[in-house]
Amino acid sequence: MTEYAYFLVDSTAQAMRLEKILMDKSVECKLVPVPRQFSSDCGLCARVPKSLLEPAVKLLAAAKAAYREIVFDYA
Amino acid sequence: MINTSSVSNAMIYLDHPATSWPKPPEVAAAMLHFLQEVGANPGRSGHRLSVEAARIVFAAREAVAELFGCEDALRVVFGANVTWALNQALHGYLRAGDHVITSGMEHNSMMRPLRDLERQGVEVSVVPCDHDGRLDPQRVEDALRDNTVMVALNHASNVSGTILPVREVGEITRRRGIVLLVDAAQTGGTLPLDMRRDQIDLLAFTGHKGLLGPMGTGGLILGERVDLERLRPVLQGGTGSRSESEIHPDFLPDCFESGTPNGVGLAGLNAGVRVVLARGVEAIRAHEQQLCDQLLAGLQQIRRARLYGPLDPGERVAVVSFNLEGLEPSQVGLRLDEEFNILCRVGLHCSPAAHRSLGSLPRGTVRFGIGFYSSAEEVNAALRAVERIAND
Repeated sequence: MTEYAYFLVDSTAQAMRLEKILMDKSVECKLVPVPRQFSSDCGLCARVPKSLLEPAVKLLAAAKAAYREIVFDYA
Repeated sequence: MINTSSVSNAMIYLDHPATSWPKPPEVAAAMLHFLQEVGANPGRSGHRLSVEAARIVFAAREAVAELFGCEDALRVVFGANVTWALNQALHGYLRAGDHVITSGMEHNSMMRPLRDLERQGVEVSVVPCDHDGRLDPQRVEDALRDNTVMVALNHASNVSGTILPVREVGEITRRRGIVLLVDAAQTGGTLPLDMRRDQIDLLAFTGHKGLLGPMGTGGLILGERVDLERLRPVLQGGTGSRSESEIHPDFLPDCFESGTPNGVGLAGLNAGVRVVLARGVEAIRAHEQQLCDQLLAGLQQIRRARLYGPLDPGERVAVVSFNLEGLEPSQVGLRLDEEFNILCRVGLHCSPAAHRSLGSLPRGTVRFGIGFYSSAEEVNAALRAVERIAND
């Protein structure tokens, strides 16, 4: 099983921006429905392998791209 | 630029201020792709087609942000058209007891919500323009009051094409710490416009004119100085986010985008704006200005023709209003259509205030508008047709 970091966001548009910033720099990222245990929100979140957490956070900070929080889980 | 004659069998379309046509082939292709290959509801589900639809909507957001010099694509809020955007800005921002300043060259999409707000206790000042539609920024400054919270201006008239001094007014509003709302219906994609450089706080745009997209698209861009706690959404409802809550979200863009968006339209808008960006607004402006110059010079040579608005094409976008002495605009328009295959708009163009300033109320005018695909040959043909009608 792989451990993932889930970037929870407020809006779909925020999720789109995260995906674009990460994919443009070839950081593996997949938009998935928010896992139920983290939120009852029906929206999307950005899932990144935990091993890529550090470069992902740095890229998003450099682009001033906001997200609500990061949570972890196995898939 | 591509000549429309191959598309329209010698029909000459000069009604671009109403909507641009034909659209670039990329626009129809993007819309067909959305309908046939994507089709899902953007951001309302987590499956691949919904995600792909949301990617397309986000690409449109980014394209519009780039075109108008907005640094944050999430501050681009989509709606049905520029009328929605102006209503959102005016009804969302103004309260009883506030004072707002506008010009004498506004479209009813500005004036009607303002007159409604006036009945609700908002003070409205209409700064007069000269007989060519020019606005003196000093008169805006002179109209300021202690309770002025907004200046709301048309960037260019849909009747005479007259460009209003947005940047100069923007300096005044910045100094006073109040917001500047700009209606860019006639200038988006046809006149260089940068929210930061031009000091615009709220920019209302339409997708189906100079941005070359389909009808049913448009929106409002929120500058960084706008107090988002003050700007109330005029619509509330489902946003695909925070579904557990019955309280409407307060974050962008969802706060102002309730209900399923026009996904197929935004796919077309994305394609249209990218055509504009690839060509460059400066190049489009140069092309249209050259044809506008040709049209103005030709009309001035026609006996019985009376032109409205400044004669210098640098002072206007490529929208030209005229009348032929002794003929009603409706008669001229019908003859242009039926006898010469020339399509234009006549009458008051939903802008009685502008016609009042120009001295063409209640008769109205004949309006020619030049667009992305217009050609010198088409302008010549239009001039010959007007001359024929004038000489009959």
